[in-house]
Amino acid sequence: MDLSPEYLQSRLTEKFGDAVTAVDTPYGMFTFEVPKEINLKVLQFLYDDPELQFRFLTDLCAVHYPEKKGRELALVYHLHNMRKNVRIRMKIYTDINQPDVYTATALFSSANWQERETYDFYGINFVGHPNLKRILNVEEMDYFPLRKEYPLEDQTRIDKDDEMFGRG
Amino acid sequence: MSEIIHQPEHHVKLPEGSIEKQTTTLNLGPTHPATHGVFQNILEVDGERIVSADQTVGYIHRAFEKIAERRPLYQITPLTDRLNYCSSPINNMGWHMTCEKLLGVQTPKRVDYLRIIIMELARISDHLICNSIVGVDSGAFSGFLYVMQYRELIYEIYEEICGSRLTTNIGRIGGFERNFTPTAFQKLDRFLAEYPGVLKEFIGLFERNRIFMERTIGGGAISADRALNYGFTGPNLRAAGVDYDVRVTSPYSSYDDFQFDIPVGSTGDNYDRWQVRNEEMWQSLRIIRQAYEKVKAFTGAEAEIYHADVPEYYLPPKKDVYTKMEALIWHFKIVMGEIDMPAGEVYHSVEGGNGELGFYLISDGGRSPYRLHFRRPCFIYYQAYGEITKGSMISDAVITMSSLNLIAGEMDA
Repeated sequence: MDLSPEYLQSRLTEKFGDAVTAVDTPYGMFTFEVPKEINLKVLQFLYDDPELQFRFLTDLCAVHYPEKKGRELALVYHLHNMRKNVRIRMKIYTDINQPDVYTATALFSSANWQERETYDFYGINFVGHPNLKRILNVEEMDYFPLRKEYPLEDQTRIDKDDEMFGRG
Repeated sequence: MSEIIHQPEHHVKLPEGSIEKQTTTLNLGPTHPATHGVFQNILEVDGERIVSADQTVGYIHRAFEKIAERRPLYQITPLTDRLNYCSSPINNMGWHMTCEKLLGVQTPKRVDYLRIIIMELARISDHLICNSIVGVDSGAFSGFLYVMQYRELIYEIYEEICGSRLTTNIGRIGGFERNFTPTAFQKLDRFLAEYPGVLKEFIGLFERNRIFMERTIGGGAISADRALNYGFTGPNLRAAGVDYDVRVTSPYSSYDDFQFDIPVGSTGDNYDRWQVRNEEMWQSLRIIRQAYEKVKAFTGAEAEIYHADVPEYYLPPKKDVYTKMEALIWHFKIVMGEIDMPAGEVYHSVEGGNGELGFYLISDGGRSPYRLHFRRPCFIYYQAYGEITKGSMISDAVITMSSLNLIAGEMDA
């Protein structure tokens, strides 16, 4: 069976009904959204189904949308069916005040560090993760630096004495 | 006096149960000569045997993903240089192609072929380092010194095209900053003439060398199933027997115009990884020859094309900026950020030196990405290190580390 976006959508809707939303195919990649409570069920279904077989977790990362109230943090999974060479993108959204998401480490060993990285930068709490601690930043850090409320330094600021660095 | 006598007890805080335990904790890294980069392994060893390995990364984290969120596209290219700095042109091209995908830029065939020449040269230099370092770590230094000459020649070719050697910042969105000079082609000719003999000799030093074989066969082995589950890509996955190569499965930059084979191993051990990389170098040479022929076949005005005709995204040459009105206008518009990119999200990946290097770019229509995430292959597959070195000797774990082709710059982003 050819894994066309229409086919993927019909299979997902057949299994999960209205839970599958925001279906789109930007730049040729089938993209959809599911509620965060069933992320593992969907991943497991995509993994196990003999037709779908999305068994390679290419990438996992988060995005922060401060203006989307109640669903500020997005978690994006890129999955790959290597046999048929089809890539899909699955998104889940979570409230920034309660960023609990089930971990995918039981399904993909590669999710371990990628989830730690996501926790490190966005503070998503992966429930059930075997070793959820910071990975790239120092452990004493008490904030999540890739969130949008931490802007990089404004390069046009004039209140700083930069003479020592040749920019005075 | 009594206070001073008691001080040592306060200073030396041994972890609970450390006197009773039968194993030794050993720090390998972060600045150990055998790690070839700053990353640390906390090994639990029983004599010479590794009981468990706990990897620590992040020593050279530079927040590239955050920095990228306020830079225009063309200023992100130098950030990608510093991921896998053994093959930075591949990272640069991968980034340009991601932007081109988002912006809908079509590149001319000649640009694609020139890019392929550079990318395959970069792959050779990447594999050359990795394989010769495996030799060094197993006790043979001469191979490493010998092949360095040819990495130098590759760097000279980069230098002819973009002016720099290690962190190349090569090319632009839409093509190259200048056409390949005759000297670049001469150096390429020299490389194509001399390198096959050198590679043959290099392989001859090791391939049936009993010491090398006994040191590498069976060490750091991983099955295809585990490798896939651990997110392995590139030569490390192919050594385990999975013929996955981004150049074939999702061809970019006209890779589908070329004939080449994908070498695979069977056991996924250090020896197979080494063999797969060698064979890939032969295949890269094959691709470069074909691309070079195709480049030579362009005549007349076509032979002068080195970038796509997209003035709104392609930074014009400096000479034109100073002398031509059009170029000056476009330069101003691009540099001052007057040109917004379309909103959208795109994932693009290329076959990097050590695996699938992916770029996930989300744009909200401004001049810089809303979010940029790098899929860094060795960050993902380094997780498996603990599993594949369990039970091996410390000295074999060192070879495993180098044969995985771990690049600290890429791992820590």
